[in-house]
Amino acid sequence: MPVQMPDINLVAMLPEIVLSLLGLVLMLMSAQGDENRGGRISMLAMIGLVVAALITVGGKDATGFGSHFINDAFARSMKLLMYLSTGLVLFMSADYMKKHRIDGGEYQVLTLMALLGGMLMASAGDFLMLYLGLELMSLSIYVLAAIQRDELRSNEAGLKYFVLGSMASGFLLYGISLIYGLTGTTAYSGVAAALDPAHGGHMGTALILGVVMVMAGMSFKIAAAPFHMWAPDVYEGAPTSVTAFMAVLPKVAAFAGIFRVLLIAFPSLHSQWIPLVQLLAVFSMGVGAFAAIAQTNIKRMLAYSSIGHVGYILLGLAANSAAGLQSVVTYLAIYIFTSVGAFAIILLLNAGGIGDETEDYKGLAHKRPLLAFLMALFMFSMAGIPPLAGFIAKLYIFLAALQAGMLGIAIVGVLFSAVGAFYYLRIVKFMYFDAAKETETFGMAVGVPMRAILTVTGVIILVWGVFPESLLKWTATSVKAFAM
Amino acid sequence: MVTDLLFYLFSAITVMAAVGVVTSRNQVHSVLFLILAFFNTAALFILLQAELLAALLVIVYMGAVAVLFLFVVMMLDVSFEELRKGMIQHLPLGVFVGAVILAELVVILSGIHAPHAPAAAATIPNAQLIGQVMFTQYLLPFEVASFILLVALIGAVVLTHRRRKVVKRQIISEQLARTREQSVALVKVASGQGAQQ
Repeated sequence: MPVQMPDINLVAMLPEIVLSLLGLVLMLMSAQGDENRGGRISMLAMIGLVVAALITVGGKDATGFGSHFINDAFARSMKLLMYLSTGLVLFMSADYMKKHRIDGGEYQVLTLMALLGGMLMASAGDFLMLYLGLELMSLSIYVLAAIQRDELRSNEAGLKYFVLGSMASGFLLYGISLIYGLTGTTAYSGVAAALDPAHGGHMGTALILGVVMVMAGMSFKIAAAPFHMWAPDVYEGAPTSVTAFMAVLPKVAAFAGIFRVLLIAFPSLHSQWIPLVQLLAVFSMGVGAFAAIAQTNIKRMLAYSSIGHVGYILLGLAANSAAGLQSVVTYLAIYIFTSVGAFAIILLLNAGGIGDETEDYKGLAHKRPLLAFLMALFMFSMAGIPPLAGFIAKLYIFLAALQAGMLGIAIVGVLFSAVGAFYYLRIVKFMYFDAAKETETFGMAVGVPMRAILTVTGVIILVWGVFPESLLKWTATSVKAFAM
Repeated sequence: MVTDLLFYLFSAITVMAAVGVVTSRNQVHSVLFLILAFFNTAALFILLQAELLAALLVIVYMGAVAVLFLFVVMMLDVSFEELRKGMIQHLPLGVFVGAVILAELVVILSGIHAPHAPAAAATIPNAQLIGQVMFTQYLLPFEVASFILLVALIGAVVLTHRRRKVVKRQIISEQLARTREQSVALVKVASGQGAQQ
């Protein structure tokens, strides 16, 4: 039997190759060098991200390695969002990492490996690649969560995430094996062809069980309710810079994966998965709105808030239309900037010795008006109050849901959004209308990277809130790959 | 006919061994049950004529992974009795959930008519077949899997290798840099009085 090589298309996956090689080089660099090697490694990692982003922008549609790797406009957009989240988080956490002695180099290497896994998920054209990308990303983040080895809470967060994540992977694999057993292939296009009703390809309930299992596994990764139990504990226990990373990268990557699975592998089963996604959306919005109210720790609060955001994003996915997909990518882009901005403020206050309790934010506006204003901006944006970007994000989600005829769920979503505004506004109230403790001066210095991050995120949230056209144009082209 | 009988025999032992892993009081017994489960799964692979996978399961899982587990279990000082305290209270709920899932799976999966009959006895040996696709059709997944192993390696080192203050370590350069003056003091001791600092 002659050996048939696959179409090895290295050009299509050039960004992945650049980042994986960079990761290996940085790992060697981290093995030796002085105390300050962390700064150099972070710098190189960020240069690598810029290079990868430039290559990605200039990339052309292509597939490689059979159906395993797809480079299309959607993959490129999602990858750009991932570079953005990784780069911003790395940039803003330099001081934090140095202070907590976790900047030895392994941190940055693991961050790059998590990014690589996420990129592979966004480009996967096959369940096998989806799973491998997911594992690469998750495994790196499990270690990152536990990287503060002398902190009991960090260890607990890492272990909890690892054990529950492994179980979710089990669900995902069980679903994939059912799908493989019934269709005889793991390629998305092959599964879609096997299920095409035009060729009599309906596989009955067992296949739906496979879809449900796959969705359960993926829902765990995006922390959609009722698979969200791990999120608050892990967000709270992990080092804050890792929490910021966890709040953005895995969500973008997992949503990219879910998109391709549902829209390319299972388009003919949409009557089955839409109710499923709707259910996840309503649960997540509800948990995000009500459970966050009782939180006194800001990292836990943001964990529940991110569960709520996932609910809105799922609502856009449930619309199963071009407008819905566009609204999802728009929401993700805006969510990244808002979330990174909010975590930047938390990191900054951490550096000044201020804790993670929401009460600790009392009186911030009197001492540091600009910081309080920015935090208020991020909170208002998360609550979806015009004229900020968060409003645009929610607006398009609800428009898409209405167009798809989901009036009831859209109304529920708006109500949950109003409930959720309560706890965002409570932070603003603490900052502006409560007096600080006598001893609290909020006297921390704001370094150049932090200034840059806060300026960029703040300006973008303001600008996209008023002039969203450029963002909408970009998101519209990025979802064109799915002909709907 | 014989194959069917063997299949039921091996699967029954696998399931019983799996139950044993979870229920046995002594954790070393758990690991031994795990090895039994692996071995019977390997036998099931043989029934499917996947002799390479069976061999890999025996070598990698029984030979390496299970022995590693055994070491970990023996070296860790974890009171599993403590962990198991809530078991009786949670047992009814656990059994209920498990039973519901099992019933659903049985109902759903019993309706399947396997659309793809198991591959007929191949003329090419199983190892050769896997080798042919692993480095061609599955080249990219293979490479990504190697990255996952690398991350696991980095993770294991990151999480275990650290400088602890309580540990006294040997610093050879400092030892060599010690001079005679720093470490030796010559004292004249008068008899009957003892040495004084």
